[in-house]
Amino acid sequence: MLEAPYVTSYLSEHFADEAFTTLEGYQRAGGYEAARRAIHEMSPADIIELVKDSGLQGRGGAGFVTGLKWSFMPTDDERPRYLVCNADESEPGSFKDRILLERGSHQMLEGILIAAFAVGAEKTFIYVRGEYAHPTRCLERAVAEARAHGFLGENVMGSGFAHDVVITRGAGAYICGEETGLLESLEGKKGQPRKKPPFPAEYGAFGMPSTVNNVETFSHVPHILRRGAEWFKSIGTEKSPGTTIFGVSGHVARPGLFELPLGTPLSEIVFEHAGGIPGGRKVKGVIPGGMSMPILPAGELDVPMANEFLRERKTMLGTGGVMVMDETTCMVRVACVITYFFRDESCGQCTQCREGTGWMDKIVRRIERGAGEPQDLDILLDVAAKMEGQTICAFSDAAAWPVQGLLRHFRDDFERHVREHKCPYPESFEL
Amino acid sequence: MVIAEAVQAEIRELMACYPEKRGALLPALHRVQQELGHIASETASELAALFEIRPIEVMEVVNFYNMFYSTPQPAHHVYVCTNLPCSLRGARDVLKGLAAHLGVDAEGNTEDGRIHLGHEECLGACAYAPMLRVDDRYHEDLDLEAAKRLMDELD
Repeated sequence: MLEAPYVTSYLSEHFADEAFTTLEGYQRAGGYEAARRAIHEMSPADIIELVKDSGLQGRGGAGFVTGLKWSFMPTDDERPRYLVCNADESEPGSFKDRILLERGSHQMLEGILIAAFAVGAEKTFIYVRGEYAHPTRCLERAVAEARAHGFLGENVMGSGFAHDVVITRGAGAYICGEETGLLESLEGKKGQPRKKPPFPAEYGAFGMPSTVNNVETFSHVPHILRRGAEWFKSIGTEKSPGTTIFGVSGHVARPGLFELPLGTPLSEIVFEHAGGIPGGRKVKGVIPGGMSMPILPAGELDVPMANEFLRERKTMLGTGGVMVMDETTCMVRVACVITYFFRDESCGQCTQCREGTGWMDKIVRRIERGAGEPQDLDILLDVAAKMEGQTICAFSDAAAWPVQGLLRHFRDDFERHVREHKCPYPESFEL
Repeated sequence: MVIAEAVQAEIRELMACYPEKRGALLPALHRVQQELGHIASETASELAALFEIRPIEVMEVVNFYNMFYSTPQPAHHVYVCTNLPCSLRGARDVLKGLAAHLGVDAEGNTEDGRIHLGHEECLGACAYAPMLRVDDRYHEDLDLEAAKRLMDELD
């Protein structure tokens, strides 16, 4: 079981309390009242309007407006509809969904119930990454409890609304976090993303209208129903309301989870909450939102952690996985770790991605060994440019962006390797 | 039959959870692998018959996912996470140290065939690095000595 976040807010307020993982404990904290009121007293359209009005954005990486996504579900369609919960958290540097499952399964299930009622879904498929054996067990226990109490099943809370949840374990493929790769995997196939359109609202799980949301996104929903859109908008920034759970790792004194309003400056997260860099060393760079997001150099850590500000610095919030690197870190080795990962995880469907990730990995390794040529840097940028915006899904972009970011801010590291024919950072982690 | 009748019955129950029975293929593979240790081609053929798909469709799923094995496996899988957050906190030294301790390459099986040592990509334990996974269990906040002790205690 993960430690409760060091800084908490409404999502993680009760995470230190073991009882919160049980249905009884969750209800003692006011749990399931929002769902009860939504299902008994509100219309689906009112719920969608409220969530849209709150401005809640998806917390799985892309940041799409949740209420708007829900409103895409067709209303004049007789086919069964499904809700899908993306619990395939595998973005390197991210571990917030894990705690939301381990310590807040009922909170997420309540969000699912509200969303299911709003979009008229008869079933929710929760797709959990295969390696999350313990979080899956926590979730299974919560689902069983909810079912036993009539919060799931043929007649949810006596309302006549029928809904049930199916948990599916993945089996170790990063690409299944991409929403249509996930849908393919859910259908028992290789997790190769689908061409869009059609989008999941039209052709989703098993070809039926579906809405896919992330674990954290669902977890915010009961709070919005309970306290209203105005309350939610009073937290965070004007364009990015609410909190998120930042996961901070790497070279910091106090790595861990911190639930903070969106818009909290990155420097405050790194130096105040996570205790700064140990050993009197200086910070060199910080990846702000999981491995797919371009790195920021030491001079740009004043940025508020919300997409409208991060985009100006050519990066994004992603999953809020903050990875901190001190001055001993070799950025070419960082590039090697990143390119290896994407080469290994490319599903192989699109040429630009399958070949591009392999070439980038070969070139950065050559540079790290001291065998790089001066033109290799531009070749890397050329390959990255040709991978961007060319493929079925965003994986290829996600592989290109971090390499572009490293070359934008740490080109000198790459050039020194080429010039000196060796790695100039003897203290850096070894490959 | 390679897949026991009781397990086949469980698989049929799993199928009923999904609008199309193929939705139960990943859960079925997990279940069968738990029983048999790996998915041999004969097992894949039996599953294919249950799911009314071709054996190649089962095998391509087995081969696509890292957690399914098509060949016999050691009793324990030990995976050290070597993604960036773990690498920054010494995971690669733990992996190299464990390889030496077990007398294997950085990716390989011990001589007695009991333990497979390898690396894995991010396991969602970034603040608790270095860490490793033994089969289904995470072990976090490790150093090399603690990791070696874990290996010595494996049954």
